[in-house]
Amino acid sequence: MLRFFLRRFAVAVLVALTVLTLAFLLTRVSGDLAVSIAGPNATQADVEAIREAYGLNRPLYVQYFDWLGRAVQGDFGQSYFFRDRVANLIAARMPVTVTLGLVGLAIALVVSLPLGILAAVREGTWIDRLVGLVAMIGQAMPSFWLGLVLMIVFGLQLGWVPISGVETWDGYILPGIVLAFSAIPSLTRLTRSGMIEALASDYIRTARAKGLTRLSILVKHGFRNAAIPVVSIAAVQLGFMLGGSIVIETVFALHGVGFLAWESISKNDFPVVQAVVLVLALIYIALTLFADLLNAVLDPRLRTA
Amino acid sequence: MSAAVIPAGRGARLLRNPGFVVGAAIVGFCAIVAILAPWIVPYDPFAIDLDRRLVPPSFMEGGDPRNFLGTDQLGRDYFSRLIYGARISMVIGVLTVITSGLIGITMGVLGGFYGGKIDDAVVFAITTRLSIPAVLVALAVAALRGSSFILVVLVLGLLLWDRFAVVARSTTMQIRNLDYVSAAWCAGASRWWVLTREVLPNIATHLAVVATLEMALAILLEAALSFLGLGVPAPLPSWGLMISEAKEYMFFSPWVIMIPGAALFVLVMGVNLLGDALRDMMGTDLSR
Repeated sequence: MLRFFLRRFAVAVLVALTVLTLAFLLTRVSGDLAVSIAGPNATQADVEAIREAYGLNRPLYVQYFDWLGRAVQGDFGQSYFFRDRVANLIAARMPVTVTLGLVGLAIALVVSLPLGILAAVREGTWIDRLVGLVAMIGQAMPSFWLGLVLMIVFGLQLGWVPISGVETWDGYILPGIVLAFSAIPSLTRLTRSGMIEALASDYIRTARAKGLTRLSILVKHGFRNAAIPVVSIAAVQLGFMLGGSIVIETVFALHGVGFLAWESISKNDFPVVQAVVLVLALIYIALTLFADLLNAVLDPRLRTA
Repeated sequence: MSAAVIPAGRGARLLRNPGFVVGAAIVGFCAIVAILAPWIVPYDPFAIDLDRRLVPPSFMEGGDPRNFLGTDQLGRDYFSRLIYGARISMVIGVLTVITSGLIGITMGVLGGFYGGKIDDAVVFAITTRLSIPAVLVALAVAALRGSSFILVVLVLGLLLWDRFAVVARSTTMQIRNLDYVSAAWCAGASRWWVLTREVLPNIATHLAVVATLEMALAILLEAALSFLGLGVPAPLPSWGLMISEAKEYMFFSPWVIMIPGAALFVLVMGVNLLGDALRDMMGTDLSR
């Protein structure tokens, strides 16, 4: 068990270091950073001045180790545009993004767990096929478009919720629903396949033979076993949702980390972009590590893998 | 390809699957429209007419029979732009699948076939790729390099190979020790022969399922990037860009975003229906 934990942890650290390196390379190999910062109207002298000021004239490996050394300490440098520490900017915006992600995940679970269980219990019937269709519709829905449509219907025509911003709690409802759509298909399918597998196993037959009620069999015996992969995929999906929230935060003008990244991209504020890529990647790595360890704790069969 | 990997009985079963028929009809229709676009558009999709802006579709109140789907905020014919948009979505979808497929399948097959250190490296690359927020990186690269059609294809292709690699790896592992592969080895087949003639054809249908999923994802991501202004550059009529340009007017004339959005949804749904039918036929497990 301990060996599994250590091995899994080492891989996570290695992945994190690789992502750090890629985030650095991203801004260096895909164009001349100084030219991008200076903007289209800058003269050659301006570009040189920026190169000097930001230390971009040093050899690449010096820049890399300098940046890496600071980044592992949580120092992502200074924003060019906001004139503030990048770490402060991200910390200030993180609560909105995390809240949005959790609301989205909660909605996704509330929808997909019952749907998945229902489809498994009625496997092969029209109900099963209908659930499959719902999952597929969720998969085909362009999130930004769904966001705009919901804004028109529920924000403007019905006036139930605010159109944008999260000054009040109900501002999270529409973006949460849109974000949930991205996770519903995979969570529903996984719940369904997990339940089908669980319901076909011997211990369910034993439970039936003992004369337990249908609900008790489904929840206590079936779902408890089907839930193991669902929990870990839910954690991974949360990581994907945080990473994908940039589109939804832009549509609904939620001032979270995604919106910050979007603002910074359009203003060529690369230290911020780099840091957001990194932070979101690190959160994802932590979540998958958590999911794997949880899996191992809940299901001893997986530990040798 | 399909003739080689799908036995006749399965092909017939596919045709009885309503999902497959509907999906094939949608995708086929979009492909034909995309190819024939220059010959079927009633107007030049780039021709601006500032005197006739935001004319509603002909079937709505205040519509003009000259413009079936109305005109946009610059007076361009919406129907013509929608048809050219199908072209962009289809081409991006197909090119991205080819690029990401080449990368992902190569990695996955090598990892699954050789195992050991090579496999460790492949798994590591997949894990790293999955931890990188794709949309954000695509946006950042587009901002740094300046967005263009080719850049969108390249960025999406370089980002969306993970599922190809995962499925190619696991399916290759499943078949590498089967009798017919061993038989090929015994018959003195070269490594290249075994990989291309024994392994690849036998995992091809599983990869076709992945290809549909990735095509759907690529079309959606291109639309999202263009919506955010860093995908296909204006004035090209990408559906995502059409939604983005029209969204200022959506509260007064909702149809301006409904039409391109619905087109996007239907095309992606069609691609997914095709993939789902293939998956049913093959029993490919992609639930993870």
